[in-house]
Amino acid sequence: MSATIVADPRGFTLPDDQRALIRWFVYIGFGAMGVAVVHGFAQALNYAGVNILTWFPGLQDYYQGLTIHGVFNAIVLTFAFTNGFLGLCTARGLGRELHGGMLHASFWTFLAGLGLASWSMFSGKASVLYTFYPPLQGHWTYYLGLALLVVSTWIMSVNLFWMLAKWREENPGERIPLLAFISVATYAMWDLASLGIAISVVGFLLPWSIGWLAGSDPLFARVLFWYSGHAIVYFWLLPAYVSWYAFVPRHAGGKLFSDPLTRVVFLLFLALSIPTGFHHQFADPGIPEGMKFGHAILTFGVFYPSLITAFSVVAALEIGGRARGGTGLLGWFFKLPWGNPALAAQVLAMLTFVLGGITGLINASFTINEVVHNTAWIPGHFHMTVGTAVALTFMGVAYWLVPWLKDRELWGRKIAVAQSWVYFVGVLIFARGMISGGLDGMPRRTFMYGAPYAEGKWELAGLLTGIGGTLMFVSVLMFGLVMLMTIFFGERREERPDLPFAETSIGPATSGWETNLDRFKLWVIVTVVLILIAYGPFLLTYIPPELNSPGFKLF
Amino acid sequence: MALKIHSYEKAFLIVSAAMLVIFLGALGYAAIGMGIHLPSRADEIPPGEVMSTPPFDNPGVREVEPGQWEAVVIGRAWAFVPAEIRVPVGVPITFKVTSTDVVHGFYIENTRVNLMLLPGQVSEITYTFKEPGDHLLLCHEYCGVGHHAMYGRVIAEETPAAPATGETETADAGEMSR
Repeated sequence: MSATIVADPRGFTLPDDQRALIRWFVYIGFGAMGVAVVHGFAQALNYAGVNILTWFPGLQDYYQGLTIHGVFNAIVLTFAFTNGFLGLCTARGLGRELHGGMLHASFWTFLAGLGLASWSMFSGKASVLYTFYPPLQGHWTYYLGLALLVVSTWIMSVNLFWMLAKWREENPGERIPLLAFISVATYAMWDLASLGIAISVVGFLLPWSIGWLAGSDPLFARVLFWYSGHAIVYFWLLPAYVSWYAFVPRHAGGKLFSDPLTRVVFLLFLALSIPTGFHHQFADPGIPEGMKFGHAILTFGVFYPSLITAFSVVAALEIGGRARGGTGLLGWFFKLPWGNPALAAQVLAMLTFVLGGITGLINASFTINEVVHNTAWIPGHFHMTVGTAVALTFMGVAYWLVPWLKDRELWGRKIAVAQSWVYFVGVLIFARGMISGGLDGMPRRTFMYGAPYAEGKWELAGLLTGIGGTLMFVSVLMFGLVMLMTIFFGERREERPDLPFAETSIGPATSGWETNLDRFKLWVIVTVVLILIAYGPFLLTYIPPELNSPGFKLF
Repeated sequence: MALKIHSYEKAFLIVSAAMLVIFLGALGYAAIGMGIHLPSRADEIPPGEVMSTPPFDNPGVREVEPGQWEAVVIGRAWAFVPAEIRVPVGVPITFKVTSTDVVHGFYIENTRVNLMLLPGQVSEITYTFKEPGDHLLLCHEYCGVGHHAMYGRVIAEETPAAPATGETETADAGEMSR
């Protein structure tokens, strides 16, 4: 195999039923996003002092909608899209089919989980938000539904590991094709990361909501939640990084900058994503300050691979822009093929992520966190990360992926390009509002329209939030239009092209030290050791948990 | 170690790493050198026993020893007890706060007093109000359908209105309407 290969050069054919399931994973993800943003629109207007919640038939209150907004965007969209997209990337990278049985199992488990969680949320029995901190107590179907969504990702990960094992049997001594490597690394990280939520939900919250346990331990539940809860950020983000590294350079006419550095970046994310959870708990009681500072240090560590990414991805774009005749320090940037919505959406997502990353580093900054914790600053921050760097990237990927999965041409290319810009401008205005409001004390997760103390406060911040959120909502409607028209009326394709992944500028070495990068087992051990260092002292000084908080259903 | 790295990239990586180390150094200095502390591990009280356990059996502001003040506050759905907290300016106040039911937030606007309240745990932070002023006190963690009506006031005053040791304020705002 040639040294610069990203994916198996023999290509592959995917059975129709596997294509269909991958397609439906993508559809379900974006369908969930479509539902979620309707309430997101109402939330943004609520900050601007406009209440349209009464227009929502059957909606009990703001927080029921907020729960659906969080679960559908942050869990359903991301899990479904990633199961489909990285499943496909691994299959293509290795030039193999997925395991059909496991793909089906993953898909139907996902649907079962989605059904249970949806029922509990829409019937108003689980208005506990997507963080579900006990002792607020949702209906047991909510916890079981979320657990099944996680199990679906586990089944998918086993599928990927199985494919990789088979591929290694057939290609002993070969370097793992990059596209598969980064996809598998993402799932390996998530498998370790999701253990916290799994233990919390299956071991404590589910039996507690059924009535088998009398109480919960709110602190311990938060520790388990945030063990997974920061790493989940990277389970959202890394599929976007897969696209930025492996596909965007191709859209730009450039090359992936460096194969070995890409692998190093994903391994750093594997090792450092998890032992950082306390930086979400800087304001919590019960966790010694020194342990919090330890996690702050590791959080700054996990920022590093994102800085490497900033260089690598921009370098790849620059190679493309210069190849297209761009000159000067920044001239290449304007020469990028901005008429391609897959590129426009993702480059705008990257630009937004610069601000998302900087605000994230501020959040992680120990004492400075006290100024912003749980204020509107936080949703201002994460709508630029998961809400744009991830969501807008997924939309950009959809502009080539859905046509590829459906054998149709993209409908409404210009609308799609405009959609990216509307979203970009919208989120910048939205986040400007949220961030300034947060610095001025505006709380997050709050029905501001009904808050007695909000009268006459945060008016400009709220107005900007409302305007920006409206633009984001309009943008998602445009995206939905393009997708539906493509699916139903797009021009039929005669031929099926290969996936648009890029070639590498600096390829992988076939011998020497660098081949150790492919030893996943080694890196998993390193990760586990770091997790034990980061969480061991807390666990040793805290367990057993005190299950003495009875449940409350205050919704 | 034959990792091929472009010279520009190498420079970028070194500058990035240096930046992160400098930032961490600044944060470490703020925490240790300037004594700005985050909440740490403090007392644990089973949520059912909060109301009968000192000091939460007697919420309010008091001078526990000469020059040492504490403000004992309970958060519950959907009010703070007491809802109006009067503190003296210029002396360090140790806030001791907990919850009797679900998770709440305790955030005094325009300060760094920003705590999570968890049933079972006592949240502690020490803060000195430098100037007199009237601050909004907010619950900033979702705690049920009345969450947005859970707030109070913290009034920092030149002359401490809170009487000396022993006496307390137990003004209960009651269930605020939503």
